[in-house]
Amino acid sequence: MMDNTTFEERKTIAGPMHATLRHDSAHKHVAGSADYIDDLPEPAGTLHGALGMTDRAHAEIISMDFSAVEAAHGVVCVLTAKDMPHSNDISPSHLDDEPVLADGLVQFHGQPAFAVIAETRDIARRAARLAKITYRDLPHLTDITDALENGAALVTKPLTLQRGEPEAEIELAPRRLKGRMRIGGQEHFYLESHIAFAIPGEDDEVTVWSSTQHPSEIQHMVGHVLGVPSNAVTVNVRRMGGGFGGKETQGNQFAVLAAVAAKKLNRAVKFRPDRDEDMTATGKRHDFLVDYDVGFDKEGRIHAVKANYAARCGYSSDLSGPVTDRALFHADSSYFYPHVKLTSQPLKTHTVSNTAYRGFGGPQGMLGSERIIEEIAYSLGKDPLEIRKLNFYGETGSGRDVTPYHQMVEDNIIHGIVAELEASSEYQARRAAIIDFNKTSRVIRKGIALTPVKFGISFTMTAFNQAGALVHVYQDGSIHLNHGGTEMGQGLYIKVAQVLADSFQVDIDRVKITATTTGKVPNTSATAASSGTDLNGMATYDAARQIKERLIAFAAERWQTAPENVSFVANHVKIGDELVPFPDFVKQAYFARVQLSAAGFYKTPKIHWDRNTGRGMPFYYFAYGASVSEVSIDTLTGEYMVDRVDILHDVGKSLNPAIDIGQIEGGFVQGMGWLTTEELWWDAKGRLRTHAPSTYKIPLASDRPKIFNVKLAEWAENAEKSIGRSKAVGEPPFLLPVSVFEALSMAVASVADYRECPRLDAPATPERVLMAVERLRAAPAGTV
Amino acid sequence: MTQDAGSIRFILNETEVALSDIAPTATLLDYLRLDRRLTGTKEGCAEGDCGACTVLVGRLVDGELIYESVNACIRFTGSLNATHVVTVEHLAAKDGTLHPVQQAMVDHHGSQCGFCTPGFVMSLYGLWLSNDAPSPADIEKALQGNLCRCTGYEPIVKAAEAVARARPSVVFDPILKVRASITARLQQLKTTDTISLTSGEDRLIVPGTLSALADILAEHPTATIVAGSTDVGLWVTKQFRRINPVVFINGLDELQTIRETADGLTIGAGVSYSMAFAKIAAAYPVFGNLIDRIGGEQVRNMGTIGGNVANGSPIGDSPPPLIALEATVTLRSKDGARTLPLEAFYIEYGKQDRRPGEFVESVFVPRMPETERLAVYKISKRRDEDISALCGAFRIAVAGDGKVTSARIAFGGMAGTPKRAANVEAALIGKDWNEATVISAQNAFDADYQPLTDWRATAAYRQLAAKNLLMRFYLETGGESVQLRRFEGVA
Repeated sequence: MMDNTTFEERKTIAGPMHATLRHDSAHKHVAGSADYIDDLPEPAGTLHGALGMTDRAHAEIISMDFSAVEAAHGVVCVLTAKDMPHSNDISPSHLDDEPVLADGLVQFHGQPAFAVIAETRDIARRAARLAKITYRDLPHLTDITDALENGAALVTKPLTLQRGEPEAEIELAPRRLKGRMRIGGQEHFYLESHIAFAIPGEDDEVTVWSSTQHPSEIQHMVGHVLGVPSNAVTVNVRRMGGGFGGKETQGNQFAVLAAVAAKKLNRAVKFRPDRDEDMTATGKRHDFLVDYDVGFDKEGRIHAVKANYAARCGYSSDLSGPVTDRALFHADSSYFYPHVKLTSQPLKTHTVSNTAYRGFGGPQGMLGSERIIEEIAYSLGKDPLEIRKLNFYGETGSGRDVTPYHQMVEDNIIHGIVAELEASSEYQARRAAIIDFNKTSRVIRKGIALTPVKFGISFTMTAFNQAGALVHVYQDGSIHLNHGGTEMGQGLYIKVAQVLADSFQVDIDRVKITATTTGKVPNTSATAASSGTDLNGMATYDAARQIKERLIAFAAERWQTAPENVSFVANHVKIGDELVPFPDFVKQAYFARVQLSAAGFYKTPKIHWDRNTGRGMPFYYFAYGASVSEVSIDTLTGEYMVDRVDILHDVGKSLNPAIDIGQIEGGFVQGMGWLTTEELWWDAKGRLRTHAPSTYKIPLASDRPKIFNVKLAEWAENAEKSIGRSKAVGEPPFLLPVSVFEALSMAVASVADYRECPRLDAPATPERVLMAVERLRAAPAGTV
Repeated sequence: MTQDAGSIRFILNETEVALSDIAPTATLLDYLRLDRRLTGTKEGCAEGDCGACTVLVGRLVDGELIYESVNACIRFTGSLNATHVVTVEHLAAKDGTLHPVQQAMVDHHGSQCGFCTPGFVMSLYGLWLSNDAPSPADIEKALQGNLCRCTGYEPIVKAAEAVARARPSVVFDPILKVRASITARLQQLKTTDTISLTSGEDRLIVPGTLSALADILAEHPTATIVAGSTDVGLWVTKQFRRINPVVFINGLDELQTIRETADGLTIGAGVSYSMAFAKIAAAYPVFGNLIDRIGGEQVRNMGTIGGNVANGSPIGDSPPPLIALEATVTLRSKDGARTLPLEAFYIEYGKQDRRPGEFVESVFVPRMPETERLAVYKISKRRDEDISALCGAFRIAVAGDGKVTSARIAFGGMAGTPKRAANVEAALIGKDWNEATVISAQNAFDADYQPLTDWRATAAYRQLAAKNLLMRFYLETGGESVQLRRFEGVA
């Protein structure tokens, strides 16, 4: 119920910007009453679909026999590529390389070649296994090293970033090191698997509920495959049970199949893959193979860097272009490279097409850079932190402030962040104590590392940096909020509601947050690139501004006063000395025929990017952070524990500290999983064998750091005019756990007296840790 | 022929349910979501690994009503007779007031996307009911079977600590207030009559007594015996295997006993890990530590040592320590019982010495002389709720002169069955128990095992880690602390 206290009783609103508020659905989450798509009541006659999956990594399909499938009791129909009314392609890159259903050619083990529609989900799933498919096998490349060495094709155009004279300067540098690092991929493991639910409408219309971060793309793909215009397709999503990038493009196939079946059969159709099917048929984080070559001096100052980032992209382009681009954009981490050449190599492999995942290539780019720092440090016998500080971007105007893509770093706060964290975590004393401990401990060794984060904020595709919002104020003073962003748990809805409550100066419970739908706000961008709040918060602010301007004009006229005498104060509008409760004021405005609804819009200023020249300002600003991790390893088994983590992170002026801390803690643990226990494993047939939580191990409560100190840099404020001077928080914290990885590396290095870089590959499973220990113990100095 | 008789009767939240037409493979999760539209309970993985489907199941143990968290996704509806199923919808008061466990999750920002949250709430509720003052280790243990991808767990653990700290003296609780009446009702629902139901071509049978079970298996020698369904559940949800007919033995009190004598422990085949934990941990603390790392709490509440032994998996965790402890297994059929050493039960991969009509009745674990040392080491990619890459049990007796007089070493994950390291044992017996002996015995692993490479580990790692575990064991017998411990006293 809305609170009707007077202004004298309470002069502030509940839920302004910068306040700590609970997630808007928290109560429903814990009560089990928050509805996900599978929880919605089904119309009578709802049918269920299941994917028919192939079992070859690369093969021609000779024949498909569905007689047993169609004979199964309860099966309504089988769909193949030929049943796609207009097009069988759902390539988000528009390279026409991603079929809805495999049409004659299988390009990864498990690729769907048909779909079964049946009376129940169980019937559909069972029947899907009854098809008889014959194949002619073709050679497959699934491993990234094999792909690189066998000259695999590229799925999309590579990128080069270059500045200065890297070739010459690397030769001139006093010291030089080359190496290779293998970085594993990652399954998103959103707890809610993909799901789509389509209800056919009149004429060419269809409505789809999809667990998607990108309703507009679902709309485009459904329209494209059905051969109907976008105005015939409405896509809705109230919430997802997690996304992490895995629902940016990967929901397309399920939504399209549900819509095609719904239109064909004129019945509601739901597609909900089982966890194993979801993990097999949808893309993941890209694996990378980084080959680096660095020239530096005896202090550890970098002179020049050359690096190639090869990525396992899978069979199609999907988002691999922008993902590999972003890897290069972060291949400098927080460091100034006086001369640099970075190249990407988006390799085609016969695996599921890899896709967006929190950080979007940035974490892999940065991990390669931090390996370079480690190499330099171990070769010089120094603490990697010392090398880091020596190579940080300098202050603006220092001459050490330009990135490999020629954007100036103008908001650099990494020195302050690292200095504060180094002191507050007692890094130096703890490092000394750990080195002492390792001298006498035979089996257990410890390591500690401090790593920085600098993450560029904006879609590198400049056009995506726009957003819309729709705000209605009703006659009773209640407010309806809608925008193009989607809620996947990150707290976008509550943050944007805070923006709106703050704009009108009304309690937040006056604002109704409504499900994202293409019918209210069109042409939206994916909720991705950490941009949700920046873009949709600003669009909502703009909508409120328009309504407020009309209300102010109305008040000035009605009360015969200057507009500057009208202001919005806690749950009231103040006109001169008079305080009018907000609902009463709104009612009067309605009767005066004031438009109480507005569509807001925002586009990010300043940014531009020319991919052909590798120059521009792709990022509006950078978000910063740093972490210190301390670990223990068992040198007999490679097992390890994360003993303590300290984080200091920059979210600008936080819109909601509780939500932001949640993003940091959660991003950290998710990133730690990527670098430690989460391993994707394909067998010789090219079949992914880690396709369920029984075989793919994301962190548990007992894996989180035993001591976990997380702080926001409270002094930080966005230098740019972002909403409330806040900063994006979705992805940057994912890069913080690089310190866990490097602490493991230090613990391993202790067995060879820190004289060799252990060259750990990711993920650092217990096996990789033990094998690195063995390698260092076996090798004389200088040969690893 | 077994005739149709009875129905599966249980209490769902506050409603009594009697089902007489259910498939033996129908799961509780589908029943809740599809038949009852109780959609708070979620499906995350359908294999008992993520906990999104966690509900509590109350049952009578020696007449006392206890509630345990279980995975509804792999719990068969046919196994629910005489239980009280409690779902997340039942926790809040009728006026919407949240239960303290739920409120703590809200107050500490314990949910983000919210999809795993009902499962966490139910796991925390199970802990809240059974433990007034959980330690950090207790909280993590209670949450081992629940995955969250958003929060990093910190706020969830904080919520658990807070709700334990501030236990309101008067609280609305949907279970505590009706404890007596539920107990009485479940007593009435418990039956020694056999329940037998057909659904289409499928049949499920719930024997009321041990002798009925023997008769049923004599009549249906190929029946699938299901105790905890933590393995068989996946045969259904993932492999669509036909397992007809199904005999549910989890309600048989005669298999639920754990008997302690001067000679050792006799563990009934229906005893869950959770129920066996206290007595095993008291007798063999290192075995107790291992049990804490088998599955999650829900799996330990469902899964049985009898089932773990009977299914013959080469990566089951209880066989290595049981073999090291010279455990025997007793098999029963209509024709009587026989007992054999557990290691003899495993013939080869996928094949055990269980004859048609036989079932595992109990496992006997003889008491180990106090002069001997036992260690059990599990190595997995993730520490908790993971399947072993390898699991080794070491038992040794060293005489006063420092010589090894006996050694029993058994491993899982190293061969097609749980298997003893006979060559390593031989390389130790009669030698001085010192580092040189251990280093020399490490080589004998190559003669004992030729492990496989798979997604859990390479063959090279398995072999190396197995050898190194012998060194760990040696160092530990010398009093050296060489294992990582997250909490003092807990391995």
